[in-house]
Amino acid sequence: MADNKNNSVAYVAETMLPELPPPARETGVVKWLRENLFSNATNSVLTIVSIIVIYMIAQNTLPWIMNGVWQAPSLAACREVLEGQSGACFAVLTERWNQLIYGFKYPVDAYWRPNLAFVLLLVAIAPVLFFDLPRKMLIFTALYPFIAFWLIWGGTILGPLVALLGFAAGGYVFQTFGKGSFAVGFFGGIVAAFVVWGIGGGLIPEGASENAMLTAVPSRDLGGFMLNLMLGVTCVSLSVPLGIALALGRQSDMPLIKWICVIFIEFVRGVPLITLLFVASVMLAYFFPPESTVDLFLRVVIMITMFSAAYIAEVIRGGLAALPKGQYEAADSLGLDYPQAMRLIILPQALKISIPGIVNVAVGLFKDTTLVSVISMFDLVGMIRGPILASTEWNGVYWELLGFAALLFFVVCYGISQYSQWLERRLATDHR
Amino acid sequence: MKKTVFLGALTVAGLAAGAAAAGTMDDVKARGKLNCGVTTGLVGFAAPDANGEWEGFDVAVCRAVAAAVLGDPKAVEFVPTTGKTRFTALASGEIDMLARNTTWTFSRDVDLKFEFVGVNYYDGQGFMVPKELGVSSAKELDGATVCIQTGTTTELNLADFFRSNNISYEPVPIETNAEAQQQYLAGACDVYTTDASGLAATRATFEDPSAHVLLPEIISKEPLGPLVRHGDHEWGDVVRWTLNALISAEELGVTSANLSEMAAGTNNPEINRLLGSEGTLGEMLGLDAEWGKRAVAAGGNYGEVFAKNIGEETPIGLARGLNAQWTEGGLLYSPPFR
Amino acid sequence: MSTLTDPPNTGFRLSMLINDTRYRSLTFQVIAAIALALSIWYLGNNLIQNLRAAGLNISYSFLGDPSGYDINQRLVEYDSQSSHMRAAIVGVLNTLLVAFLACITATIFGVIAGVLRLSNNWLVSKLMAVYVEIFRNIPVLIWIIIIFTIMTAVMPGPRAFRGDNATSSMLFDLFAFTNRGVYIPMPWFEHGLFASAGMNWLVVIAGLIGSWFATRRIGIWATAKQEETGVRPKTLLMVLGVWLVPFVLLMLIMGLTWEVPALKGFNFKGGIKIGGPLIALWFALSIYTGAFIAENVRAGIQAISKGQTEAAAALGLRQGRIMNLVILPQALRVIIPPLISQYLNITKNSSLAIAVGYADITATLGGITLNQTGRAIECVLLLMLFYLTASLAISMVMNIYNASVKLKER
Repeated sequence: MADNKNNSVAYVAETMLPELPPPARETGVVKWLRENLFSNATNSVLTIVSIIVIYMIAQNTLPWIMNGVWQAPSLAACREVLEGQSGACFAVLTERWNQLIYGFKYPVDAYWRPNLAFVLLLVAIAPVLFFDLPRKMLIFTALYPFIAFWLIWGGTILGPLVALLGFAAGGYVFQTFGKGSFAVGFFGGIVAAFVVWGIGGGLIPEGASENAMLTAVPSRDLGGFMLNLMLGVTCVSLSVPLGIALALGRQSDMPLIKWICVIFIEFVRGVPLITLLFVASVMLAYFFPPESTVDLFLRVVIMITMFSAAYIAEVIRGGLAALPKGQYEAADSLGLDYPQAMRLIILPQALKISIPGIVNVAVGLFKDTTLVSVISMFDLVGMIRGPILASTEWNGVYWELLGFAALLFFVVCYGISQYSQWLERRLATDHR
Repeated sequence: MKKTVFLGALTVAGLAAGAAAAGTMDDVKARGKLNCGVTTGLVGFAAPDANGEWEGFDVAVCRAVAAAVLGDPKAVEFVPTTGKTRFTALASGEIDMLARNTTWTFSRDVDLKFEFVGVNYYDGQGFMVPKELGVSSAKELDGATVCIQTGTTTELNLADFFRSNNISYEPVPIETNAEAQQQYLAGACDVYTTDASGLAATRATFEDPSAHVLLPEIISKEPLGPLVRHGDHEWGDVVRWTLNALISAEELGVTSANLSEMAAGTNNPEINRLLGSEGTLGEMLGLDAEWGKRAVAAGGNYGEVFAKNIGEETPIGLARGLNAQWTEGGLLYSPPFR
Repeated sequence: MSTLTDPPNTGFRLSMLINDTRYRSLTFQVIAAIALALSIWYLGNNLIQNLRAAGLNISYSFLGDPSGYDINQRLVEYDSQSSHMRAAIVGVLNTLLVAFLACITATIFGVIAGVLRLSNNWLVSKLMAVYVEIFRNIPVLIWIIIIFTIMTAVMPGPRAFRGDNATSSMLFDLFAFTNRGVYIPMPWFEHGLFASAGMNWLVVIAGLIGSWFATRRIGIWATAKQEETGVRPKTLLMVLGVWLVPFVLLMLIMGLTWEVPALKGFNFKGGIKIGGPLIALWFALSIYTGAFIAENVRAGIQAISKGQTEAAAALGLRQGRIMNLVILPQALRVIIPPLISQYLNITKNSSLAIAVGYADITATLGGITLNQTGRAIECVLLLMLFYLTASLAISMVMNIYNASVKLKER
């Protein structure tokens, strides 16, 4: 064996062959294509069909978008610019941008107010969405509703201030008495809040809104995408606490409370939102005291809040049901009473499980705010279907406007659902 | 945005409840604004312009009432209403008056408990067809697909017309005028029917208005007028006589151009009574003497309002027709101011 | 929760109402009952006062009055002299029709998209992901309007079919696709056994049901034979015969003819018309809800552990049979509960028909009837009652089905 180096035979290679590149069909693009697009006959057919579909869509829409006209005073002018070529008339978006976003009545010189409120909304909502942010930011979140109300509706600052004081008083009473007995603290807090509102409401001088720092804007003048956002944010944030209460009520041992909650939830979930909006627009007015008027915005907020609260209650009920029974028993064995057990043990866990579900409800609700266009509110869709398409200048511009509305909703809803998925992944690791 | 909306509105509701219980007129004066229900958008009658200012024929009536009662034609809050919401809005007090091309019918007046204060436009339901169809009479429309803007008496008139002429049709009910237009232009229906004034207004917005014809048949009477709640007669009187003031002003030759001159006093006692330089008509209404002058000043007399919003000079191009003064063969006939 | 010591027996104190668990629930319920009664009384009182002030009353007698309007799509006899009640029934049937059709197609879209999204074809799975995300994140109202606009703007009007140099023509001279709807040939019987067409169709349906029972009998017979001899007899020809022979015979006896739509006057006449609004609403609801169902299907399939696939593969099953026999039956249990709520959503979303002029219950009772009579409260209450009943009925039926496929735990 030692000398076989010398006795080299012809058929033994003397040198190591250099590494050959893998066959072309097993590398790079080709391999990827083979594995992912053309792995077998069915797949190849599917791929080709898909490519044809994509090509046809692109062929029809791309020139239309590329040729788009961005500056023109009316559809007729737009068509003149295009000279018979296929092309979009995006000029309607630039021309009516403010109407699409703010509605047609919001004072032009006050556009900065909703803009600022929107920016602040992002700040206020951040600590709720991302748990890593400093908890102190929640203080701003708590203040935000009052700031936003003042910014958007304008008028005297005293109104939101009194409302804030009422909540503060209620919270204080609850903190003080709630330690002894939850019920005493809870009801005491409510009473305290109402006392402050009553007194404060009486103290606001009549006509304080007339020459306030920010001109008062009646809620009828709100419109456009701003209205969708406002309805969405307001109703979701109002319906979460209501939904928790309903979910707890549905699980309660007290038959009366349980049945009230069950009937409410099943009733609301059984009817379409649009009928509830009809209630808001044509029926609810009869149920308020005679001679009083409650504006349509508020009526719609009440109905949408009820609607989403029922759905959120079901999501939270799922969360509660998912908790192992041991958690309830452990809370009992620690000697916690019902409010304590709920607040300290059950709800934090149940809510955590329910968050993705709640976000889904929120996305659905935000999309459903477009239905208010059916009851003569000028939200984004209402603006498009009403004043803009009815105007002489822009009569007949459907695709650009509808596409724009679709795009806006897509961006917001897709953003939220991506957040929801991120959150789901994050929460999932916590349980392992 | 959150809870304060609720509270704010609750306080508002509380205040309203406290201050109310008086008549609509006192409410309007206390509020300093007139809440006027209009359509969600019909060019020429009531539609927001590019700046969001409402303008149109119905809007002018609201402005005249606001000018008469509050002294400011701009002190109007326009509440857009749909066919569905308009009556509830009025019945529940959300609006003080409704000026939304609403047809005066028996059941609305009697069963729904509203009070029509007069007629500001005599209309009738008509048909529009593309010229290329070669139709010259509505009786030739057998088997046609008809687009209807729902929410008014149009469906009923249409059903009656086709039934009495024993011809068939296929109705396509559409919520908004804009969508009905789109359907009609795309050829999804052969005929578009609504009030003749609305048809003219719609045709005016087409790319090529001359390619469409209005058929000669007018199949219904549609007296359109402002209405108020039943039972509040003081307020009803104010709206009624403001409308009459506009009509009388035209009859008497009072225009926005010669208004201040006329208001100083003329040798026609009726003009003097109308404009407040003679008599106590304003006082009887619970207003001041110059209410009539302000109402006319708001947008001119009836003829001027008509000419400015829907007349032949405008894209809508409606002739006066039935809406001419009775002295000129029309139906406009205001009771005397005395 | 058992207490070791009995509470001290010191009679009843007022504070026990709130501090003692024995009485507390009672206290709360009494408070809730009072609050409920008060708020009902308050709202009811307001309603009565408001109605009295407006001089109105609540009465359903308007339902018997002639409606005075026509409806373009009706499944039962109806004309403008029929009552409002009848109009409402037409609306109910139209709602159920579009909901039923949309449930079927949405399920088909959803299952296809859900399965394809898990496909190992990169392009297809990405395309499906795009479909799902686009449709899930844009409001259904916008979709309905967009699809309706596409329908009316892209499809040719009947006018385009007219004349010698028509720009459009009928497919195979049988189907006409117009922006008013799709016209398809209608079968009818020249010399039917009964005078009314409905009875003749009932005969056909009875025949088909008979065939189905016969097929089952054949199946049972084949199984018995298989157990006896170990060989399953070939039944394909028998089954075909059982289905085809009676059907063809019936058709020949009754003289089946097809009525082909033809352009007459303004519209196509003859044949069956599937209205444009129905198609738009049906398609929009299907494709929108299909995106949600696709996600449910995907989640259901992914919930089945990979071991199941591998075990099935180890047994030598083919790819398609693994899906059909092993994965889908198990995934179904996960898919069905969310599917129920999607069906409910379709039913409720069909109320958006008013955006396209489809005469569903919201458009007849909640739309034209409400406008014409001004009876807002009555109409809206009836409307809600209908949807509530429909929703409860659907969820009941689906829950029964769900219980039947549920994993039987022992």
